[in-house]
Amino acid sequence: MSTRHKILLLDDDHELVEVYREMLRRLPSQPEIFTATSGARAIALLDSQPFSLLISDLNMPKMDGLQVLTIVRRKFPQLRTAVMTSVVDAQFRTRAYAMGIDLFLEKPNTGQEVSFFVDCIESLLDRETDTGGFRGVQSKSLVDIIQLECLSQSSSVLKVTNGSFAGKVWFKNGDLIDAESQDLKGEIAFRRILSWKTGNFEILPAEPERNRTIFNSYQGLLLESAQALDEAKGQPAGGDGAAGSAAAVSPLATLARFNGVEFVISVSGDDSKFESWSSENPEPISKWVRQTMRRFRELGEGFQAGELNQLEGLGPQCHVAMVSKANADLCVGFHRSLSQDLVRDTMSKIVTQWAS
Amino acid sequence: MGFLNLLSRRGAGPGLVRLPTGSFTLDPGGRIVASTLPRSFPAAHVQRIGALVLSTFQSAREAQIPLTELIADYAALKLTARELRGGAIIFLAPR
Repeated sequence: MSTRHKILLLDDDHELVEVYREMLRRLPSQPEIFTATSGARAIALLDSQPFSLLISDLNMPKMDGLQVLTIVRRKFPQLRTAVMTSVVDAQFRTRAYAMGIDLFLEKPNTGQEVSFFVDCIESLLDRETDTGGFRGVQSKSLVDIIQLECLSQSSSVLKVTNGSFAGKVWFKNGDLIDAESQDLKGEIAFRRILSWKTGNFEILPAEPERNRTIFNSYQGLLLESAQALDEAKGQPAGGDGAAGSAAAVSPLATLARFNGVEFVISVSGDDSKFESWSSENPEPISKWVRQTMRRFRELGEGFQAGELNQLEGLGPQCHVAMVSKANADLCVGFHRSLSQDLVRDTMSKIVTQWAS
Repeated sequence: MGFLNLLSRRGAGPGLVRLPTGSFTLDPGGRIVASTLPRSFPAAHVQRIGALVLSTFQSAREAQIPLTELIADYAALKLTARELRGGAIIFLAPR
């Protein structure tokens, strides 16, 4: 049985497609190359058989590359995706990465760039399609990425996103000097970031003026973080009396222990089921949450604006914040006296707990 | 490596739609009364955003959680909408 990788090339320019096909045929792994000159044709091909990689142009008539990627990321989440384009614009690069692509390349102009392109594609194909890992230039574990940056004596900023969370780790000449995630800074932020199992990463240019707040070696930090994660995994759920009684309480009640929270509603995406805590009229609110989140997600997909991280509403009676995760929506109502910043900070803590 | 000339030419197809920076104002009927959005951003898109925002304010009132401001935080765009006597002013800011 053949185990050759299958690559689908999408570009509206027939001649270019043939050039790419020739380049990719020379890859050491000798993949099978399929081509499409329209988004609709590409999606039909992806539907018809499994592929290892889609390489798409951005600027195409009818359905542009971002529209194709929006559909592909939803229908084929495990498919590796790369963009190769002549559109040199940071906004499109950001939007493509926000959709979870693996690689964003400008169309090669020199022999060296062609060689780089071929190497990158081969490297992408080498990655196993596991369920974890970080999607960025290549899929690696976060520990791998950090070790690579340190061993190569890099000065850079590693930006990691995990759903609605984002964090940054600063490197200077191979030393890990600072980290930041939401309201956390330094080593605590680094441990938080390292606890994320999946996500996207991006290497940003160095910030030489960044102050150093982490003085431990990266090996020590990685070791400590690994131990902490192991210990957390090993803790029995509800091991003592207090935890046992907490487990008996509604999970939503544990989310509602933060200051200013007035009600919590979680809504399943598939049916009309919902759970609520402390809400006076949960049924109409749960319907509104499901409908509103769906419509705003569709709006974001329509404009290729990336994932909807959060929807907030401020009102004279209460404020609400809503997020989606794993086919469910969570809506938290806050007291109207809370500032928008405080709503956002508290919601980020609640979402962390909800996700875990 | 003459084929590289092929690769280096810029696409001649229709341009991708950039996410715009700017704001627009809607009256209670959903008509656009003022806009600072670039003309390159299709009017149909503006109408779609406006209609969604107004209907969200309306449905929130019906669900007994009246709202005066909405903030949709997308990975590549921040949309902020403020209610204005039945209409709305909507700000778009790409990241």
